[in-house]
Amino acid sequence: MNVPGSMTTLRARVREALGKAPVRRNFRAAMDGIRAKRAAALPDATDFAQRRARAAAIRARALARLPELLERLEQRLEANGIQVHWAEDATQANAIVLDLLHRAGARSVIKGKSMVSEETGLNDALGEAGVAVVESDLGEYIVQLAGEPPSHIVAPAIHKNRHEVAALFQAHHPQREATEDIEGLTAEARQVLRRRFAQADAGISGVNFLVAETGTLVLVENEGNGRLSTSAPPLHIAITGIEKVIERLDELPPLLDLLTRSATGQPITTYVNFISGPRRADELDGPREVHLVLLDNGRARIHADPLFADTLRCIRCGSCINHCPVYVQVGGHAYGSVYPGPIGALLEPQRLGLEAGGSLTSACTLCGACGDVCPVAIPLPGLINQLRAEGVEPRPDSPLPDAGRLRHRGEALLWRLWATIYAHPHRYRWLARLLTALRRLAPRRLGAWTRWREAPRPAARDLHRPGARSGVLR
Amino acid sequence: MTKETHEIYVFGTCLIDLLRPEAGMAALRLLERAGFRPLFPQAQSCCGQPAFNSGYRHEARAVARAQLAAFARELPVVVPSASCAGMIRNHWPALFAGEPEEAQARALAARTFELCEFLDRAGLVLQDRGESVRVALHHSCSARRETRTTASAERLLEQLSGVECLAPAHAEECCGFGGTFAIKQDALSAAMADSKCDAVLATSAERLLSQDAGCLLHLQGRLAQRGDTLPVQHIAEFLWERIA
Ligand code: SF4
Repeated sequence: MNVPGSMTTLRARVREALGKAPVRRNFRAAMDGIRAKRAAALPDATDFAQRRARAAAIRARALARLPELLERLEQRLEANGIQVHWAEDATQANAIVLDLLHRAGARSVIKGKSMVSEETGLNDALGEAGVAVVESDLGEYIVQLAGEPPSHIVAPAIHKNRHEVAALFQAHHPQREATEDIEGLTAEARQVLRRRFAQADAGISGVNFLVAETGTLVLVENEGNGRLSTSAPPLHIAITGIEKVIERLDELPPLLDLLTRSATGQPITTYVNFISGPRRADELDGPREVHLVLLDNGRARIHADPLFADTLRCIRCGSCINHCPVYVQVGGHAYGSVYPGPIGALLEPQRLGLEAGGSLTSACTLCGACGDVCPVAIPLPGLINQLRAEGVEPRPDSPLPDAGRLRHRGEALLWRLWATIYAHPHRYRWLARLLTALRRLAPRRLGAWTRWREAPRPAARDLHRPGARSGVLR
Repeated sequence: MTKETHEIYVFGTCLIDLLRPEAGMAALRLLERAGFRPLFPQAQSCCGQPAFNSGYRHEARAVARAQLAAFARELPVVVPSASCAGMIRNHWPALFAGEPEEAQARALAARTFELCEFLDRAGLVLQDRGESVRVALHHSCSARRETRTTASAERLLEQLSGVECLAPAHAEECCGFGGTFAIKQDALSAAMADSKCDAVLATSAERLLSQDAGCLLHLQGRLAQRGDTLPVQHIAEFLWERIA
């Protein structure tokens, strides 16, 4: 598996991504387009601030009462005829899904977009068990054909241009006439997928929001494929994280509104699915069984941590990713994680532990762009920075897996030396004098800095000396 | 107002101190021109940000604590760097949470200002004496998001009749400096610098300015390595040069 892993592998992936100049140009244009759409959909800063304060409050309220809301949700769902399953980790979640499929005798699955199933590696698990899975979302379908993981949580194939998609389609749909035109490609995928919908024994989907009050699964999408995968096959299995619950139905519109505006710049998506149960006796269509798998996978632990619980407010809009200056340079695969970009740098180290995911926090300049656009006001840069501290200098009671494990003796020693000088005025003055006096001997090479940039030169006189004359000594 | 009330502190920042003292001098002169009496405590060194952003909070606190002592009087602290001003203003209170110096850190945070912001608020009037020139102002992320002081810098530049200010593409985007990021993710940092440099060079700007010495150091170093000759300057230096 492609674990975020050590710094070297992250650096290696980053280097590889940086080397692909034509891909990067396409990608830049695609990202600029997404940013422009979001900007057009949320043009007024004050208005955005108000909307996001409301959305953040709704999410915070729900998280503050998470256990209670989950209990309510379970009761309501069961009353509606939706069967609820709890999974502690990825393995358990996949086992539950497989078991449900086996019991129904299902051999083929059509799947709507779900990042949580990426998190559990569901497609691989199904494949190993001999169940055929086809992704129904166009973007997901493209990356599935390419044998790649999604590179973005909302737009999984954003890194591919239409020529690449056309080549993929040609290789996989040889009986169809080749086209490079976007409409033609979409039509082609639709035709292929339609047949799959009709044949599938089961549909698997993600969930955007769970409404405790009504026991409703809410799913937004633009292509109608989600609607088909959740209603055409006789069995529908939804899988999602436990944090997606909100209390009331009337809290949904403000969240949906910000989710779609932040993600794609749309005031609303083409389809908003409210799934409130299986086919009733007098209904002609819909699945006969609906199941919901609620996945923990570290979320309860994150929820219990007062410092990082806000992470779970995330509604997976991808806006932080779209506005990240690092992501726009390298794309999602360079992160090597399920969730890329700022939310990935925040979530993955908590989910996987700092040893496995901590290096992701280094793929961030703390520029703050993500924090500015997050529709639920997660203080992403502050929390990412806090994670760095947890890696090298953890809280005494830090519940984060592998807290403190990223502390390296050499680096720690350098910082201690730095503090020993910079915290003592006399030593610092001595250093300044030394550096300025020996400036002509200053090295022209300074490791990683001068691999790309010329070395800075110490000044002939540091500011303290003229500063003392111009200002007043004290 | 008495002369005493016109006294202010200047926090020069470690980068400016050792690498760009002329920017610090220009800041001192601009403040004097605005009618203040800048004090430069000799015991100052660094705001602690490099260690803070690397996770070494203990070390960051030790260094920040020394500054608390150096800027003890109840005077405004003016910083010719948005990132250091932002560090003091936004992060010191949390850095000292639960420590004996917490109240002191909060008080200092509340009286800390970025240079352009301070000059702008003080109503400094700039009489342009320079030749006409086109410049690009690089908005550092800390000026844009930590201290929210880019508008102040722009207002100061607008006063200069001979200066035309151009906005490069993707002006809102980080230049890739990010302190130790520039070393830990050096290739990525350079790629970001290249995007920034290309965008600036694509304008017809004759000079690149910024409110942050860190970004300038990084961009200047990258431009030089690429063989581009665009001059790079701290905004304080530029402003002083125009009116001196
Ligand atoms: S962290 Fe915020 S901006 Fe990023 S995906 Fe989640 S909700 Fe969207």
